[in-house]
Amino acid sequence: MNLPGTGIIKGMVETARNFVGSYHDPERLTTIEYPEERLTQPENARSFPMLIFDDDPVKGLRCVACKICEKECPPQCIYIVQDRDERGKPRKFPRIFDLDISVCMSCQICVEVCPFDSIKMNTEFELSTDDRFGRLLLHRDDLAKSNEYYHQIHATEAAEVDARLADEKAKAEAKAKPAAAKPASPVPTAAKAAAPAQPAAPVKSPAADKPAAKPASPAEPAAA
Amino acid sequence: MSTALDQLFVNLKHWVVSRFPADWQLPVGMLISAGAIIVVFASLFAITVLAERKGLGRIQNRPGPNRVGPFGLLQPLADFLKMLTKENIIPQAADGLIYFLAPTLVILPTLLSFSVLPMGRNMTAVDVDAGLLFFFAVGASVELAVFMAGWASRNKFALLGAMRAIAQMICYELPLILSTVAVVMVAGSLSLSGIVDHQAGYYGGWLARWHVFTPWGLAGFLLFMTAATAESNRAPFDLPEGESEIIAGHLIEYSGFKYALFFMGEYFGMMAVSGLGITLFLGGWRPPFAGLEWVPTYLWFFGKLGVCIAVFIWVRGTLPRLRADQLMNFAWKFMLPLTLINLLGAAAWHYTADWSFLGATPARWLLGATLLGAPYLALSRRLFGGHGIGPRTYRFAT
Repeated sequence: MNLPGTGIIKGMVETARNFVGSYHDPERLTTIEYPEERLTQPENARSFPMLIFDDDPVKGLRCVACKICEKECPPQCIYIVQDRDERGKPRKFPRIFDLDISVCMSCQICVEVCPFDSIKMNTEFELSTDDRFGRLLLHRDDLAKSNEYYHQIHATEAAEVDARLADEKAKAEAKAKPAAAKPASPVPTAAKAAAPAQPAAPVKSPAADKPAAKPASPAEPAAA
Repeated sequence: MSTALDQLFVNLKHWVVSRFPADWQLPVGMLISAGAIIVVFASLFAITVLAERKGLGRIQNRPGPNRVGPFGLLQPLADFLKMLTKENIIPQAADGLIYFLAPTLVILPTLLSFSVLPMGRNMTAVDVDAGLLFFFAVGASVELAVFMAGWASRNKFALLGAMRAIAQMICYELPLILSTVAVVMVAGSLSLSGIVDHQAGYYGGWLARWHVFTPWGLAGFLLFMTAATAESNRAPFDLPEGESEIIAGHLIEYSGFKYALFFMGEYFGMMAVSGLGITLFLGGWRPPFAGLEWVPTYLWFFGKLGVCIAVFIWVRGTLPRLRADQLMNFAWKFMLPLTLINLLGAAAWHYTADWSFLGATPARWLLGATLLGAPYLALSRRLFGGHGIGPRTYRFAT
C-alpha cells in the first residue's frame, strides 16, 4: 500500500538529486556558456547565403550574374547588377551583388536554383549590429567566401559539389576535344553549342574555363 | 564571553539609546529596531532571491545566474537597478490612488509582523502580550492590499488574480490559525516570547523540548508550513499569479519599483510566516541540542529561517501548481479537519504528560500517531482518490 504523500517525497528526492548532482557531475549541466564556450555547428546548419570563390575573391568568384537567384528569391532580398566592360559589353560577373539579411528568410531556394554552385549557405550567425542600414546589407565582397571555407563548414556537401564540378569539367573537355579536332575554324560554335546545354542540367563550366570562353561567345550567358 | 556576543546587538542598542535625553529614548529605540529589521530583512531578501534563482537552476540542472560579479553574486544588485530604471506605468483606466497605495500596503504589514518575532534572547522589537494575535491581525491586511492592486488596475486578469488570491488566503487562514491554536493551548500563552520560553529545556538531557518533537507538534508544523505556503502565495499554491493562465494576476499592470515592492512583500511574507513557524514549533532562537548554548541565539533564529527558506525553494522547484478546485478541496476537506483533529492530538499529549510507567513515551507517541495518522490516511484516500483505505487503483496509468 503506498502511503499518501509519498509522491511528494519522491519528487523532492528527485529534485534534491538534481541539485546535488549538478555540483559534482558536470554531465548534468547541459548549458553551454555561450560566449566562452561554443558548440561546433552541425553540418546542416545554415544562416544566410554566401558566394563561393576559387583562388581569388574577385576574379575567382563562381557567380556569373545570371540573376536566377534574384528572380527566385521569395522575399526579394538579392540585388544583382551585371558587370560590363569599357565597351558596354556584359561580363559574366556581378558588379553589385547585395543581399539584405534583414529580409532574407534563409529558405535556401537561391542555393537550389543556382546552376553554377556559386551561392551556398553560410553558418555564421553572430551578425547582430547597431548599424541597421550599413551592416545588415551585405555586399559582394562581404559575401565572397573561399571554397576552403565552404569545405570547413559543410564538408560532405562541398566534397559532392567539387566532385560534380570536376566531373563536368572533364566531360566538357572530352566533348571539346573531338569538336576542336574536326575543323579548326568553328571553335566558337562548339563553345556555343556547349553553352545552352549547361543551364538545362544543373551543370556548369567551372571557373577555370570561364575567362577562356567569355571573349569568344559574349552573348550566350545572358540568353541562358 | 558567549553572553556578551549573544547580547551584542541588544547592548549596542541600549548604549546608543542611553546617549539621548530621557524623552527621546523611546522613539529612538523604536527607530533603531525598525531600521535594523528593515536593513536585515531587505538584505535577506536579496540573498533569498539569489539563492532561489541559483537553487531552482540547480534543481533543473542549470547553473543559474552567473554573469554579474563572481559566481553571479551581484545579481540582486543588477535586478534592483533594473527594477529602479524601468518605466513606472500607470494604466489610464486605473484608480490612481489605490493603485499607488497597494504596493506600500503589501510591504507594511509584513514589516510590522517582524516586530513581534523574537529573533534572539531579548531581541523582540515589540514584545506584545498577544503577539500571535497581532501577527495574524496585521498579516490579514495583505489580502486587502492584494485586492486593492487587482481592483485598481482595472484589468480583468488582475481582478481574476486578486479574486483567486482572496479566496485562497481566506481559505488557508483557517488551517494556519487553527494549527497555531494547538501551540497556544499547550503553551498557555499568546505571547511569542512566552511560547519560546515554553520550549526551553531538554528531553532526556539532550534533545530540545521544541514542539516539533511531539506528535501533534510535528503534524502541526507540517500543516502550518503548508498553510503558510498557500498564505504567502508560493508554489505550488501560486494560483493568484499563475503566469500561464492569468499572466501574473494582480501584478499584471505593475512595473518598475512598484512591482519590486510586491515582490519584496511576497518574500517578506514568506520570511514572516517562516519566522512564526520557527517561533511556534522550532523553539524560536533556542538551540536544538544541549551543549550548543554558546552559539549566539540570533544565529539560531536566522539559521532556522535560512533552512525554512531553502525548503520553500525546494518545494517550489519540485511541485507543479494546483488547480483552483484542488486548492479549495485541499483546504476545506483535508487541512481543516486535520488541524481540528490536531487539537485533540495536542490535548492527548498534554493530558498524558504525567504517565510514568515503563515505555510511557513510546505509548504516548503511538497514541498521538494513531490519533493523527488514521484521519490523515482516511481523509487523503477518501477526498482525493474517492477510494477507501486500501491499494489505490489507477484508471489510466499503470
